[in-house]
Amino acid sequence: MTDANAPVVRITGLHKQFSTGEEVVTTALSGIDLSIEQGEFVSLIGPSGCGKSTLLRLIGDLTAPTAGSVEVNGKPSHAARMGREYGMVFQAPVLFEWRNVEENVKLPLELLDMSRAQRDERAKEMLALVELSDFARHHPYQLSGGMQQRVAIARALALQPAILLMDEPFGALDEMTRERMNSEVLRIWQQTGTTVVFVTHSIPEAVFLSTRVVVMSARPGRITRVVDVPLPQPRDDETREDPRYFQVVTEVREALRAGEGSGSASEARLAAEGGIG
Amino acid sequence: MTAATTSLGRPARLGRSLGRNLPALAVGVGTIGIWELLIRVLDVRTFILPAPSAIGAALVENWGAGRWPLFDSAMATLFEAVGGLVIGTVVGVVIAFAVARWANARDAVLPFAVAANAIPIIAIAPIFNAWFGVTNPVSKMMIAALLVFFPVMINVTRGLTSVEPSALELMRSYAASEWTILRKLRLPNALPFFLTALKVATTLSLIGAIVGEYFGGSSTVIGRVVVQSASALRFDVTWAAILLAAVTGITFYLVIVALERALIPWHASVRSQEPG
Repeated sequence: MTDANAPVVRITGLHKQFSTGEEVVTTALSGIDLSIEQGEFVSLIGPSGCGKSTLLRLIGDLTAPTAGSVEVNGKPSHAARMGREYGMVFQAPVLFEWRNVEENVKLPLELLDMSRAQRDERAKEMLALVELSDFARHHPYQLSGGMQQRVAIARALALQPAILLMDEPFGALDEMTRERMNSEVLRIWQQTGTTVVFVTHSIPEAVFLSTRVVVMSARPGRITRVVDVPLPQPRDDETREDPRYFQVVTEVREALRAGEGSGSASEARLAAEGGIG
Repeated sequence: MTAATTSLGRPARLGRSLGRNLPALAVGVGTIGIWELLIRVLDVRTFILPAPSAIGAALVENWGAGRWPLFDSAMATLFEAVGGLVIGTVVGVVIAFAVARWANARDAVLPFAVAANAIPIIAIAPIFNAWFGVTNPVSKMMIAALLVFFPVMINVTRGLTSVEPSALELMRSYAASEWTILRKLRLPNALPFFLTALKVATTLSLIGAIVGEYFGGSSTVIGRVVVQSASALRFDVTWAAILLAAVTGITFYLVIVALERALIPWHASVRSQEPG
């Protein structure tokens, strides 16, 4: 039904402008071209205001481009959203407090033509995947932040989406939990083979997780470099001590700094005020 | 933490709840005791303040029969209040849905809702009695409904509209229809708001019904018993009627609290009531 050789995401000539009040137009993204292949793990990294979250939302058809196009599996992103090909994970877990863990995971499944037994089975699978089977009947308020975010991941994967979009999902977690969640996400990614686009402002996180790191700069938001991460899979805690890991971290840091240098002081100020993150 | 609370046996929980209510109980009993004592020692006349024992006696004496049948009066007033609560709640919820869905409806309806809420209930009561029939309980129900609809409308509107933007985005990422978003997100989100409004509305509906009764109608209602026993200088009966109205109101309120615990055990307002 779709071209097997087509990239999962193909972005061409993408521009995004926001009008903030009358005639004040902010260019959030300018001239974005990017292709993401099946099974890749791509991180978008950059200073606040570089439009990395906007780019993610454009891929997910949660906002419309001013110019250019986003295709997912060879279809316009809107058609992909209508076909329920996205899994979204936000910075906040966004769990429904009136549903227990299992019911939260089932939420997207209820929108499909699916029997109760199928839903039960899929939810059970997903909870096993994020290792929360013992907490199926718990309510969100009874879980830690990291556990809540794992439920959100299980919910996002329940539809078996073509692409998983993650918007700084671990930004609110402490460093230890974040590292544990990173390993967890890598395990899930390898187990499911899902394509992932991951927004972060943490360099170590981006390098540890990704097959490619897309470095962006602000005002207007654009891609300044794409850094390949040639670290072997599976990655674990030893990867974090691998000299090649530090090499790539340094490479990304320098790319970020180079992008920063190209902007003026006033742009940096605008970026700090950041309406677009 | 949950394991600890569930493993507590019934006697332990009973004991704990008794312990929590002990101060209130002591204050209540103490007040009544001092009240009784002062009335007797100072020889206060009944029309100023009857002794608790006299009020109790009046309650028992007039419970089922006589010129002021208290139980039947309380039931009749409760009937009016419940009727008003239902009417006011239905109208309030319907308007809330329209207002939450369409900005036009909000602009068209809200000024009139605010105006209706601003009308002093005392002023409108005789008019409603004339419109719906002074002896017809519906006139009292409409007065109660007028008091009830506003807090219900405002709260339910807020519940339907105050959903997290990210929750809306999540639903949109699933290509959920407006109808699905209403059912799976807005309605459950509005439920705690609705129940909060109902708690306020129980008391308001009783007030509305009793105010309506003051302006005439059947004599077997709390409002008439209060007016007539007072003019007959039977203040012990007046106080007994007031006591009964208060107990009815509290019971009514507790029914909604029980409903809340059953319907939204996950909500912070209910969770925090649990000991420990």
